[in-house]
Amino acid sequence: MPIDWFPLWLSLRVAAISTVMAIVLGLWVAWVLANRAFRGKELIDAAVTLPLVLPPTVLGYYLLVVLGRASPLGKLYEWAIGHPLVFTWQAAVVAALFHATPLLIKSARAAFESVDHSYERAARNLGASELRLFWRVTLPLTRRSIMAASALAFARALGDFGITLMIAGNIPGRTQTVALAIYDAVESGNGALARTLVLVISAVALIILALANRFATNPFGPRQAPL
Amino acid sequence: MITARIRKRFPPGSDSAGFALDLEFEAGAAITVLFGPSGSGKTLTLDAIAGFVRPDEGRVMLDDDILFDAAAKVNIAPRHRRCGYVFQNYALFPHMTLRQNLLFAVGLRPRLERHRRVTEMLDKFHLTDVSGRRPHELSGGQKQRCSIARALIGSPRLLLLDEPARGLDAPLRMELYAVLRQVRTEYNIPILLVTHDLEEALELGNEMLVLRDGSLVQSGRPREVIEAPANVEVARLFGLYNLLPVEIRGLDPGRNSSRLRYRDFDLNGQYIPGHLIGDKLWVCVRPDQLLALPRNGKPAQNQVPLALHHLVDRPAGVRLEFENDVAVEMRRSEYEQHERVKEWVVEFPPESLRTL
Repeated sequence: MPIDWFPLWLSLRVAAISTVMAIVLGLWVAWVLANRAFRGKELIDAAVTLPLVLPPTVLGYYLLVVLGRASPLGKLYEWAIGHPLVFTWQAAVVAALFHATPLLIKSARAAFESVDHSYERAARNLGASELRLFWRVTLPLTRRSIMAASALAFARALGDFGITLMIAGNIPGRTQTVALAIYDAVESGNGALARTLVLVISAVALIILALANRFATNPFGPRQAPL
Repeated sequence: MITARIRKRFPPGSDSAGFALDLEFEAGAAITVLFGPSGSGKTLTLDAIAGFVRPDEGRVMLDDDILFDAAAKVNIAPRHRRCGYVFQNYALFPHMTLRQNLLFAVGLRPRLERHRRVTEMLDKFHLTDVSGRRPHELSGGQKQRCSIARALIGSPRLLLLDEPARGLDAPLRMELYAVLRQVRTEYNIPILLVTHDLEEALELGNEMLVLRDGSLVQSGRPREVIEAPANVEVARLFGLYNLLPVEIRGLDPGRNSSRLRYRDFDLNGQYIPGHLIGDKLWVCVRPDQLLALPRNGKPAQNQVPLALHHLVDRPAGVRLEFENDVAVEMRRSEYEQHERVKEWVVEFPPESLRTL
């Protein structure tokens, strides 16, 4: 029986796009959390961590409410793009984004906070703007942690099941990712397909985690400046 | 010229006693030493001037520009202040080579100008040969020179140095002092140098500010400050003096003499203007101005029998530490004449006793 590889390609594409979006969004949020003091900061930190602990169906329900065809955001999307967001592969990207970003924010915040303050002070003292400080000092110093966190975020985006099911549905050939395809295959007694997809997705995840571990080793030794 | 009036309170917390910085000073185009023990607010003062710490009250002016003014709500961002800062740990960016560190600091000038400045700086600070290395591949002295070069390359209007000699051995320290003297003549900007090393203050300082618990306790030329501490606390900070609590028993302006009661002994000193008989005050005397002699019968005038606790070898001789924190310094050869002595008297020459 020929194996339909569409779910794998879809999963990889969804994970890749959502990881890029998670990096842009996550680094910004992490930077704000690490560098700005404001009221309710820890509440925001808790709120962005919430997707890590809530059941995926809860999150999916929230997203359906916020992005559904009846919601303002959903209407705006439909008006701008021409078709509704829910039950498309783009919705799967949103699902993966919400699944992966919290992890990235957590790791990136810890990485940003681990940078010795004297480097930031030195950069500001030498006339650097906040943007230059971020690009030229903070990001290079935390590059490896950020890369490791991004790899983990990609792996996590690849593995989402519940949120995708809730807002993107399980439409074969359109929104059916690997996780959903495996569920379908098991339900319909297609053991060969389930086994193949399970092994392939496990191998992909394993390679990504091994990469993440390699990134995590720091080339500059301890991050604290030696006295 | 930098003029600063800085007030900053840190309320006592669960694990700290609280701290208040309150000082006012001005410093011209020379090296001004901020001297004081750890926790006296020296680094905090530099941070307030550089803009890393926001004072509660006060005003910081550099020449005619206001960097900070609490009343007028002016607080220039650190990156616009143009204060060179040499950090205690150098804070050289570890992911950049030395040349890149300097290039970062010249900022957004035209390309040729940037490279010309960096090359010039590398040359001036003898760093050309190692310009392609990262900070962890440099020696302590090279890192130090690089951090000074980086602080100066943007033509700052003020240079702040936070304990630059910390962790350097004696030859490197001499080299650093030479560099700083060169910087003083070439740049003609105010330099504020934080230290708790008296020799450094003497060697480099044109002016000296003594800080204690966040307040300015004395200021002046380093030599004058060290020779005439304003009060017993300052004298104690220097660690150079024997400090004796005495009570005035007699005053004779005619013969320019006084009689001072120290423990159970009367000492003759010089006349003390402005005090009355019965006043209790502190006398300070340098250890090398005292004499330690073997005890022969009854102690003579101005001699006090004291028990010897420790003998400490010093680069220039020996230091005899007696009871009641009295120390005497003498040459090695002098001490060797009395090596077997068990009982000592310490003689306080009248002209060496200085009241605080």
